[in-house]
Order: sequence, then structure tokens, then C-alpha cells
Amino acid sequence: MKFNAGEFDVAVIGAGHAGIEACLAAARSGCKTVVFTITLDFVGNMPCNPSIGGTSKGHLVREIDALGGEMGKAADKTSIQTRMLNRGKGPAVHSLRAQIDRRRYSAYMKHCLETQDNLELKQAEIVDIQRAGDIWELTTKLDAVYKAKAVILATGTFLDGKIYVGDKCYQSGPDGVFPSLGLADSLKKIGLPLRRFKTGTPSRVNRRSIDFSKLELQEGDEKTVPFSFETQEKIENTAVCHISYTNEKTKQIILDNIHRSPLYGGKIEGIGPRYCPSIEDKIMRFAEKERHQLFIEPCGSDTEEMYLQGMSSSLPEDVQLAFLRTIQGLENVEVMRVAYAIEYDCVDPVTMKPTLEFKDVPYLYGAGQFNGSSGYEEAAAQGLVAGINAALKIQGKDEVIFDRASSYIGTLIDDLVTKGCNEPYRMMTSRSEYRLYLRQDNADIRLTETGHRIGLISDERYNKFLNKIELIAEERKRVENTVIAPSEKAAEVFIKCGTAPLTTGCRLSELIKRPQLDYEKLKEIDTTRPDLSDDIFEQVETELKYEGYIKRQRSQIADMRRLEVKLIPENINYDDVTGLRLEAVEKLKKIRPVNIGQASRISGVSPADISVLLIYLGKGN
Amino acid sequence: MSTVAAIATPNSSGGIGVIRISGEDAIAVADKVFRSVLGKKLCDIKGYTALFGHIYENDTLIDECVTLIFRAPKSYTGEDVAEISCHGGMYVTQRVLRAVLAAGAVPAQAGEFTKRAFLNGKIDLAEAESIMNVISAQGQQALDAAMNTLDGKLSREINSIAATLTNVSAGIAVWTDDPDEDVPAAHEENVKEKAQLAYEKLTELLSRFDSGRAVTEGVSAAICGHPNVGKSTLMNLLTGFDRSIVTPVAGTTRDVIEETVRLGDIVLRLADTAGIHQSDDLVESIGIDRSLQKLQTSQLVIAVFDGSQELSMDDIQLLDECKNRRAVAIINKTDLEMKISVDTVKEYIPDVVYLSAVKGEGVKELQNVIEKLLGTAELDTSSGILSNERQYACCQSAAESLKEAIDGLDMGVTLDAVNVSIDYAIEKLLELTGEKAREAVVNEVFAKFCVGK
Repeated sequence: MKFNAGEFDVAVIGAGHAGIEACLAAARSGCKTVVFTITLDFVGNMPCNPSIGGTSKGHLVREIDALGGEMGKAADKTSIQTRMLNRGKGPAVHSLRAQIDRRRYSAYMKHCLETQDNLELKQAEIVDIQRAGDIWELTTKLDAVYKAKAVILATGTFLDGKIYVGDKCYQSGPDGVFPSLGLADSLKKIGLPLRRFKTGTPSRVNRRSIDFSKLELQEGDEKTVPFSFETQEKIENTAVCHISYTNEKTKQIILDNIHRSPLYGGKIEGIGPRYCPSIEDKIMRFAEKERHQLFIEPCGSDTEEMYLQGMSSSLPEDVQLAFLRTIQGLENVEVMRVAYAIEYDCVDPVTMKPTLEFKDVPYLYGAGQFNGSSGYEEAAAQGLVAGINAALKIQGKDEVIFDRASSYIGTLIDDLVTKGCNEPYRMMTSRSEYRLYLRQDNADIRLTETGHRIGLISDERYNKFLNKIELIAEERKRVENTVIAPSEKAAEVFIKCGTAPLTTGCRLSELIKRPQLDYEKLKEIDTTRPDLSDDIFEQVETELKYEGYIKRQRSQIADMRRLEVKLIPENINYDDVTGLRLEAVEKLKKIRPVNIGQASRISGVSPADISVLLIYLGKGN
Repeated sequence: MSTVAAIATPNSSGGIGVIRISGEDAIAVADKVFRSVLGKKLCDIKGYTALFGHIYENDTLIDECVTLIFRAPKSYTGEDVAEISCHGGMYVTQRVLRAVLAAGAVPAQAGEFTKRAFLNGKIDLAEAESIMNVISAQGQQALDAAMNTLDGKLSREINSIAATLTNVSAGIAVWTDDPDEDVPAAHEENVKEKAQLAYEKLTELLSRFDSGRAVTEGVSAAICGHPNVGKSTLMNLLTGFDRSIVTPVAGTTRDVIEETVRLGDIVLRLADTAGIHQSDDLVESIGIDRSLQKLQTSQLVIAVFDGSQELSMDDIQLLDECKNRRAVAIINKTDLEMKISVDTVKEYIPDVVYLSAVKGEGVKELQNVIEKLLGTAELDTSSGILSNERQYACCQSAAESLKEAIDGLDMGVTLDAVNVSIDYAIEKLLELTGEKAREAVVNEVFAKFCVGK
């Protein structure tokens, strides 16, 4: 029998990476929040790779941190190896990546939710949600009914999840956990356009069965950097990864058995991501490639389980074992968990606003894989934005939209809600047109202000941040006003670095701009240098070196923002707008952009259509 | 809002062509291309006033003109506006526009001036309704144009350049986005080599624009000469019918007569001018002034001389005017006994053609010389030709952006920054085909590289 189990401001369905940030943001904003998970032992689980960050994803983690999110701190506490990727390729593409002890990460997050004020963490499967007047009613499998003003859906791959291995398939969530059944039907009743996506994961093997002597070693950085701007303690590397390659034999086994793949056999209808292909996909699509690389990554410090990055597959178990054993170092490998493909329900994100609220279903939000994205970091970013906005809306405050120029978070969400996605969406640096400005090193500079304004960054942290900004400005002024005179010592430094010695005095700022020079190399001749932390110097150096480019990006951003502030009323009837082309009317009706800027990014809407729209809006309609 | 410019008069040969520049920097942009005869700057004059002067592209004189200044909000658009009135004719007007675009304006979209006028409150409600329809129609046209005016050859060429760059960009993207993967490293030399190649192709495409224009839209050519040397007979010979009134009385042509003729592959917009000489007749003097003006603003001068006469003072004056200009000298009346000093003519105008306008001989030679002079002889008609100013502007920005990428590589700028310049070039090129650059790069990454966990 149904019973009333309590009333909340915000209810979050799912306690994965999206759900965690969503419920924390709502609770920390002062909303009475409840979060549901199918099993308490899987809060913040990593059902795929045991790592956080990487290119552009590292940017997301830093941005989440600058907005008061938890992911960066949790990763810093539980990492076992970190590397700053792309050093030497330019600061815009530096990205932090960390191998994580996945059980410890999960425990950290569970404890974090348990100790959070205003937040209740519950093990329960929500099987139905309904709007009852101006409140949501969520019913669990055991008939408990929770009431909430706003609901955030963060169901990951659980919603009607179905696992495929060869010709076997069964309903399941990831890692052998129950799937979420029933909820999808109630979402369809509400009118959400659900569709099937698929993803996959490789097998996990026992470390003791691997011959590491035959493998390439990959170690962490000597000088480690944390994700969180708040982390003070040094990050220690305690683990290493290894690299191996597939070969002709591996390929042959896969080709001989390709008909046994559910994908190639036509059993899976879900759309898989191009960037996360299974090994059989790689072999079919890139037939000319002789070998494919794989990484052997530890899943934690107190386990022998190893993750085989690059070897995702949905071939039958016997085929998996056979092809793995062709690989150097894995000749005697023992598989602990079999690789699988998983198919799940998700929503078409163009039905959402940039606040991640459904346009047609007020007070209902979506985040993470449910929105069609992929990746822990992408999920966390959306969870944070949905949590922030659900809280703001309930409290009657202005919602926050992160535009493309503010962050990778904004870029990710704008791409999702404006262009939609036909496959699980992964963040990439090439997706951002403002990437020289949207760097991981300045995420705090870009977002702390907003984080503080919405109440997720404490005054203490904010004041520290303001102090940092001031130090940067002072140092910038100093290098612009310091003149280095020609001297023997200076000449020696310049020649050593392969750049022309000075003939007259030169501003220090101009010297830093030279590609051959940097702060470190100028140390000896910069006698008035104050004792500041490296991140201050890094900011000044990067801003100087990229000055021309950043200036241009800033002016592009200013142009973009002029259109971004021109709002389109929700009740606009595009049929009434004289002069819009038919194609534009159709697209605008489908996407329903919130402002002119978003409208201008919809494919099929021309500049002339935008002019017409501006005039229509200018008329006071 | 950005500063935009466009030709405000109908796109056809008319008496006057107006190039309108509107936006914050409109007057500053105009000052970059305009030099007043009084030496005054446009930024120093009041609204509703004008200066007479010349338009230059870099240091090349394009045309003489009057530039009128409107200061915000008292202008059509409500912004600062500069209107350059130059001599009509599509070619000259387009060249002035191009100079203005090179000075920092961006091409105005269809209906942009009117849109700005509306947004700045210069047009009322009723007007706005009808304007929206116009913009929409123009927008559709522009869209159709984007697809259709890109003829096969041109679009193949642009697509091939864009494809080269997309490939480079995807290579850099995958190398940075998947640093641990087994993908080829993006090498600076390789990036530079391809950027250089694309840059050269674009430069070539841009340089063909003028020659291409000569083919598609024509070149203004003034027929000049001492009275009664046979200018009008030549005009009639080229046009094929009696366009100019031919009489044996010197000074018959008192005004400038214009006609478009096709000479081989080239379209010439011929202006038959009054004979240049000292005259007391008032009407004729005006005609002679116009001839001189025409001579100065035409892209090609066809100077005609009577081969049966010795060179007169008027002839020498004309020769002097033609010195260092794109000019061809025609020694006419070869059917009569030659008395002219051809060597003297050649000192001023190296390209000389013997012709008998009456007998119709020498036209083929004239064609060859003109083709050589205009560079159309080398114009490979099998390669793509940019057909309008918008295409030119896009390719121009793409080329500039590539130059920036190449310079950046030379200076040791890292690839993340260089790639932003390359992406901008791709964006500009794909603007011509309606694709989105970032999507093109992402698709290329997935199509060409095997990456992912």
C-alpha cells in the first residue's frame, strides 16, 4: 500500500556522477533534497574506466570545482596516478588525468552525501513519477511516495538497461546491478521523447595473470598537480599503467567471429558512440591498421582487478578470452569480468533549456547519460547545472545559464540543447571555438565569481580567489614596467635559449612573449621578481604569450554575447513571424531557443532569418 | 555592432555608385581608404558634410569620389555612416567596396542596413513589416546564391582547400585530444607545409579574381585620342554597329559614349571620348574634361593615333597621360601612307597595334595585346573563379588567417594557438558552402582516426 514518505524541495533520481553533483548543489543551496540510488554500494561508481579527467574532461573537472562541485576534490583524495597531458603542446590543451581507486572514490562520495546537511541519501528504485498539482510524486518499488517541488533525472545507463554479450542478452544495469524498470514508462507518459543509445566496457582481468615484463610502462608525473583549486596536500603517485598492442592473430580471431557480435548480427538497435568503439568496431572500420593499442590500468590499490582500456567488446565470452590471449603479456590472462555492451533509454536533449529543465515539463530536469552524453565528467557538469538551476527556480531566483564562452560546461550544454546528438556526446577541445581562453588553468578566474554569487563558493574561498586575482594583476603590471637592459649575463641567457640578445633595453613582458623564453628561463636576469606561487606566474605568462589570440577571442566573445542577451519569449509563435523561411520556422519550433544567440547556432537558420527575428522582437512582440 | 559595408546602389552600371559603411568604426574605416584633396580627415568633419577626394587601395588610386558623413544617430541606420559616391560601373564600385572591406569593415548581410535602422528606432512599425519580407526574400536569394553561384570548378577548388585544412585541423585535434593513443603526431613542418599549400591556392584564387572579373563583368576602357583620329570608327568596328556618330567633322563626339563589347574572352566597357585638344567651344570643353577624367579612371586606355599624320602636341600630351598606365596605342589608318613616329609612341606606350578601322584590319592583334595587358591570356578558364565580393571577402579572410597560422609557426607559437587560426580559415571557407567548421573537424577526426577507449 502506498504511503507518504516525506516532502522535499528537490528529488534526484540516481547517485552516479550527475546525481551526486545535482543533489549536492541543491542541498548546499539550501534546498531540502533527497537522492535515490538502486544500491547504496554504488554511489559514484565507475562502471567503465577507473580514471577521471583527460583532454577537455580535465577542463570540466576544474570548472566543476570552481563552481563548488565535488568531483575534483574526490579525485584528488582517491587518485593513484596523475598526469598532466599535452605538456609542450600549448597551455590551452593541457589536461589533467588521474587514475582513481574506484572503491575509495565511491566510498568518499557516499560519505560526502551522508554528511551533507539538507540531504537524504536513500536506497530505493523509483518506478513512477507523476505531477500532482504543483508537486511531483515519486513512487518507489516498495510503494513509498515522496513529494518534491523539482525532480532531476540522472538515470545513467540504468533506464531499461539491457546488456549484450554475444548472443546472450538480459535486462541489467552496469556491473551486475539491477536496471531501472517501469520508470521509463512513466516518463513516456509525461511526454519525454525517449530513445535507445548504447555504450560498452572492456573486460577486467587479474593482475597476477599478466606478464608485465613484456609491456611498456607508463608512469605518472614527477611534479603532480591537483584538480581542485582548494586541494593543498601533495598528490602522490602510487601506481603505474602499462601499454600493449593487438596483432594479426587478435584481428583474425575477431574477424572469424564477427557474425557472433550482437551489433554486427543486428541485435542491438541502440546507437553507439564513434569515439568509444569496441575492438571489433575498430577492426572492421580501420581494416588497414595493423595493431591497436591498449592500456592496462589498475582499478584500485587493494584489488588485483585491471581495466583493459581500448578493448571494449560485445563478442561472446569465449571469443573475448581467445582474442585477449593473443596479446603480448596477456597470453595467460584470467578474465574476472567479461566485457559487454549496454543499451539504455535516454532523452533527446533538444527538448531542454540550457538550464537542463524540460521546456514542456516545468520543474523536471535531466542530467548526464540520460541527456545523451557520455563520460563521468560530462555527467557531473550537467548534474551541477541542473542542481543549481532547480534550486534557484524553487527559491524564485534568476536561473543561471552558462554560455559557450564561459566554460566547457556551457559549450557542452549548448551543443546538447541546440544541436542535439545522434550518439553519446563526448567533450573534445575541438568543440570549443574559444579554447585559447577556456583553459583548465584559469577555470577559477572564469567561474569563481558565479560560484560565489549562487552560494556554492564560501566567502573564505572567494576572498582567497580575489587575492590571487590581485597578485596576478600586480605581477602583470610589474613585468610590463620592468625594463631589462642589455648585459653579458642577459646575452648568455638569450643565446642559450636560441633567441637574439638585446641591443637596447626591453620590457620584461615583451621578453616573456618570445616563444623561446619563459618565466623559468628569465629567472636569473629578472632580479626584482617577487616570491609568488607558480600559478600566478603561469597566468601572467600564458596571458602574455597568447595576448593577440586571446584579445581576438575576447572580441568574438563580446560579439557573441550581444546576441545572447536578446531573449526570445517562451510563448513566441514562429508562424506569426512574417518573413521567416519555412525551414527556419520548423527548426525554431523544434529547438525553441531561449535567446537570439542560441537561435543563430541552429543549423538551417540563416543570418537573414535572425534579422527577421530581431525585427519581430524589436517590434515589441 | 560590427562595422558593415555594401554597395547601396543597384548592382549595375549607373552614373554613380554609392558604397555605404555603417557602424562604430565607419568613419575611421572610410578614412583609411579616402584621401581628400584638401588634406582633411573625415573624422574631423561634421555630420551632413562631404569631402571631395580619391579612394586608394594601399597606394593604388581606384577612383575619385565624394564622401559624405552622417553622425549617429542622424543617419539612415542610426549609426555613424560614411557614404562614398564614386563613378558608377560595377567594377569600380566593387573595387572601392573591396578596399573598404580590406580596411576593416565586414560585408553587410542582406537587409542589414535596414535592420540596423529598425533596431536603432529609425523606421516605424509599418515599415518594419514590409522590410521583413524583403530581407527574407534577399536571405533566400543569398542562400540560393551560396549554393548556386559556387560553380562546379570553384566549389571543387574551395572544397579541396577546405578539406586539406580540415584534415590538418583534425590531425592536430586528435593528437591533442587523444595524446595517449596510437595516432600520428602533428608535426609543425607538416602543418606548415599544408597551410602554405592552402594559402598559395587561395592567393592564386584571389589573384584570379580581377582577371576573372574582366571576363565576367568587363573592364572599363577609354578610347582616347586627338580629334578625328578615328576613335568612333574604332568603337563602331568593335561594337559592330554605328553607336557613335561618325562624321568627318572633328569634335563630333562631345560627350562620353559607353558601350559594352566582347573581344574574345574579355568584356570591354568601352567609353568613346571626345577628342582631347585645346578648344574654345564651351560644350566641347566640358566633353574634353570628361574625356580626361575617363582616361584617368579607366582600367585600360586605348589611345588612338592617326598613322598618316605626324605626332601633334595634343598627341604628345595624350601619350604623356598614358605613361605608366595600362594602355595600348593604336596606330590607325594603316590603309594610308605612314608618317607617324612609332618609336616615339613606344617610348610612352610599349604596346602598339597597327589597325585600319575603316577596313576592319588589326582587331585580332588588338585582342591579343589587351588579353596580355589584362592578364586574361594566362587566365586558366578551367580553374575556379570567385564570382562576387562576398566570396572574395571569405577567401581573403581565410587567406589572412592562414598567413597568421604560418607566421605563428615560424615564430614558434604552439599548435593549440595555430590551430585556432586554421579553424577560422576553415570556417570562412565553409561559409561559402554552408557547412559548420567545428562539426566538419569532429567528423574528420572520427572518420580518419581510430581513437577511443
